[in-house]
Amino acid sequence: MGTRIAEAFSRARAEGRKPLVLYLTASDPDLDTSRRLLVAAADAGADILEVGVPWSDPSADGPAIQAGMRRALKSGGGLTSSLALCRALRDARPTVPLILFGYANPIMVRGPVAFAQAARQAGVDGVLCVDWPAAEDPDLALALRAQDIDLIPLLAPTTTPDRARAIAEMASGFLYYVSMTGITGAKLTDLTGPRRHVAEIRALSGGRLPVAVGFGIATPDDARAVGSFADAVVVGSAAVRLIEKAVADGRDPVPDLRAFVATLRAALTS
Amino acid sequence: MSTASIPRPGLFGSFGGRYVSEALIPSLDELTAAWQMASRDPLFLAEVDRLNRDYVGRPTPLTEATRLAAEILKATGRSVRIFLKREDLCHTGAHKINNCLGQALLARRMGKTRIIAETGAGQHGVATASACALFGLPCEIYMGSVDVERQSLNVFRMKLLGAKVHAVSDGTATLKDAMNEALRDWVTNVRDTHYIIGSVAGPHPYPTLVRDLQAIIGREARQQIVTAAGRLPDAAVACVGGGSNAMGLFHAFVPDAGVRLYGVEAAGDGISTGRHAATLNAGRVGVLHGARSYVLCDDDGQISEAHSISAGLDYPGVGPEHSLMRDTGRAQYLAVTDREALDAFQRLARTEGILPALESSHAIAALPEIARALPDGAVILVSLSGRGDKDMGTVAKALGVELH
Repeated sequence: MGTRIAEAFSRARAEGRKPLVLYLTASDPDLDTSRRLLVAAADAGADILEVGVPWSDPSADGPAIQAGMRRALKSGGGLTSSLALCRALRDARPTVPLILFGYANPIMVRGPVAFAQAARQAGVDGVLCVDWPAAEDPDLALALRAQDIDLIPLLAPTTTPDRARAIAEMASGFLYYVSMTGITGAKLTDLTGPRRHVAEIRALSGGRLPVAVGFGIATPDDARAVGSFADAVVVGSAAVRLIEKAVADGRDPVPDLRAFVATLRAALTS
Repeated sequence: MSTASIPRPGLFGSFGGRYVSEALIPSLDELTAAWQMASRDPLFLAEVDRLNRDYVGRPTPLTEATRLAAEILKATGRSVRIFLKREDLCHTGAHKINNCLGQALLARRMGKTRIIAETGAGQHGVATASACALFGLPCEIYMGSVDVERQSLNVFRMKLLGAKVHAVSDGTATLKDAMNEALRDWVTNVRDTHYIIGSVAGPHPYPTLVRDLQAIIGREARQQIVTAAGRLPDAAVACVGGGSNAMGLFHAFVPDAGVRLYGVEAAGDGISTGRHAATLNAGRVGVLHGARSYVLCDDDGQISEAHSISAGLDYPGVGPEHSLMRDTGRAQYLAVTDREALDAFQRLARTEGILPALESSHAIAALPEIARALPDGAVILVSLSGRGDKDMGTVAKALGVELH
């Protein structure tokens, strides 16, 4: 499973750097611009793309991604168009891993099996569902596995070792450690906790899966600091805020994003 | 895959569960365990009983509505007896306080030092703020900015009670968005904060916890109606938004096959207009605020804006146990429009001298339809979940009356 994801990790390892995972909301500010943004991000050095599915009630997201989802919904975004976007990205950049990042309701309404089939047809490599813990309801994990799509689970600072072990057992691709108890875009101040937890999680999973760290990583310095102990670094809200600013200024957001991704990539290259 | 070893708690059939951020799971485990202990602890239960008696004013009375029954006889040709369970007489004006006191006590027992809650009409916010004032706990309430506007009196009440009120302008700026923001606060401050969810919705254990704390409505009513009518009712009726007063009433009667259970949803401008909050009548199975249940959403899974004249019913989701009772047929769910609820509001005021909450008016409005489905002489128990004082502005506006 997840050949592209595994390859992205080994490519980065061979080049002596930590992979950069970049999140953007699909259709923010519109479908075509988000396609250009994600292609530019991949070309500028993002190793893995996380495509956020716009949803009306993003209760795990902070103000930046909430606003991005509002812009996306206004331009007709949703699960259907997110899958279409993935298909377009897959055709444009055949080797870049695509992670679909979303909330449970659009998947539940479609049905996990039909969703997993559609995701496979769209060329999706992994799925991360914020409010569908696999340990609570394995239906999504099973449906994805049947389509050879990785289930990327979230682990939090409050996750107990027993539960972390159970979650890691059901996962493939990589594990996503949430750096703090909080929402996306909050400020990450203390790295001692995340550093310790990442080591613990790596040990619990027997080193089978890489551990990416996300939430609160906004600058190249943050990325470098987290990259010193994580297996991959996820940046989301900071990139979404660039789009917000460019849109407000009436500019094309692609050049700003391309430059930002390049600085993140440089920071993660030791 | 060793999924079989992992228990899946809090399911009502295929509904319920815990569809939340991973960071919240340990707190839900902690809350589940704390409630299991507390609900078997005689000292804790005695404290709840004492507060219910001395602070809330329980047991609330059962009032026979004979003049309302006479109007229903005139309208339907059906002679029925109607009994109102008077949750409107609870301290703070609605059944919401039953849940808030129990959860605040539980939070204190768990060592939590801060309380948050969401509110729509403001009744749950006022009840939470009152319980927190009583226990000396800091309290923050999330409320959609649209609701802050239309329920300004309740906002003022919460502030007088010492609570901090946050207006939420995201999304539709109503109850569902207030709940999203409360979840964001909770996931950020999960170690010291208890979130008092106001309905039988949300992730496990909330639907069970809130039901257990509200079940006193049905327990009292069951005894009272046997005394008053000499037998169990033929039907028990309550309005359903998230569904807490309905589940509180129904729970004691679920094993009584002879008691028909009727939930009444808000049809707003009418279900066919799309402007309604009748989740069980017109929704589909999805996930909102942590539970698998019926929701109002479009084909893509985007949550729809709910519409009801009653802010407390203006919610596009519903508690998971109601979804199960709908599917099994143990309860039937009807829907009445804003107009019908307003008419019922006035009918009860005129015939019985009781101004019901607009939420409870929905239950009253469904009585003619329910009476027609029952034999002559039938006994109907209705949950009058709250009083209408908070709704004077809304009702005046709907009736074209200007207040000064």
